[in-house]
Amino acid sequence: MIYFKLFFEFFKTGLFAVGGGLATVPFLAAMGDKMAWFTKAELANMIAISESTPGPIGINMATYVGYTVAGIPGSIVATLGEITPSIVVIMIVAGFLKKFKDNAYVKAAFEGIRPMVVGLISSAVLGIFTSSVIFLDKYKESGNIYDLFDLRILIIFVSIYFLNKKFKLHPAAWIGLGALVGVVLGL
Amino acid sequence: MICLELFIKFFKIGITTFGGGYAMLPILEREIIDKKNWATKEEILDYYAVSQCTPGIIAVNVATFVGYNKAGILGGIFATLGVVCPSILIITLIAAFIQNFASYAIVKSAIRGLSAAVCAVVIASVIKMGKSAVKDLFGIILMLCGFVLAYFTKISVIIPVLFATILGIIRGRGFRK
Repeated sequence: MIYFKLFFEFFKTGLFAVGGGLATVPFLAAMGDKMAWFTKAELANMIAISESTPGPIGINMATYVGYTVAGIPGSIVATLGEITPSIVVIMIVAGFLKKFKDNAYVKAAFEGIRPMVVGLISSAVLGIFTSSVIFLDKYKESGNIYDLFDLRILIIFVSIYFLNKKFKLHPAAWIGLGALVGVVLGL
Repeated sequence: MICLELFIKFFKIGITTFGGGYAMLPILEREIIDKKNWATKEEILDYYAVSQCTPGIIAVNVATFVGYNKAGILGGIFATLGVVCPSILIITLIAAFIQNFASYAIVKSAIRGLSAAVCAVVIASVIKMGKSAVKDLFGIILMLCGFVLAYFTKISVIIPVLFATILGIIRGRGFRK
């Protein structure tokens, strides 16, 4: 039964991929090889679409793979499979933390964890910066400094950064504005 | 009732997030911290910390966390279903009708502009979060360690988080003596 298989494969992915949506990519690639559900090229297209549509990338990829394998029910089953381990694990951890919220050790631990996590997140954000505002990989490949910058993108980035600071609009408004300017300029 | 509210809120968050779990941060800040007071900046950072070290997609883990703390098991389930629903709807439509969606020039242009915007609002959020979490030299050092380890090495994030847990406890105990 394809739905059981799909659920089980994505349950495994959700259980073993630690570190967010992109951590699931190797699992999806292995799934494609093992089950012969889709080719590497199809997977690459699914990832590209998952990055270009609203919603967390990890969920988009699970939905897309599920749909490719077994249509709309497949997309639902795959997504439910992938999120089930998260829901269980997080509820256990959240329940534990709720109980020990006022424990001196737990409090002290989080005083250390928080700044560390800011560092970890900053690293991920620098990764986003060097692939969406400046283009480090392209520059490394060609060695041409013009490949590193696109003045129009830099201007979008800087203006939205300062506009966002000054006007308290919803982040989605800035994201929409970025998309609009991108289309108008034909980036 | 609160479950429905969680579902709608996270549906909205899911549909306005482009990218991974970090891209969700400014939206969470706006919707969950500023508008709803469902969590503080510190709590959101704690959720991210746990979400990075536990299995699964970060955005889903954070949604489950917020939902559970707000309204128990059902809350966690509804918040999570809310955050994944837009993906299921949109991806299914695209997969059914426009398989070459990502190769359209107009989509590429929009995504390039949008990604720069996402990056700008994410950076602003991280700076705000950082200001509330990094309060002293101890914090600055840990933050820098986290950054260097994550950016320049391939070690699992679990190791720096464990390390920070131990240092946090040692320091906390030391202060009380």
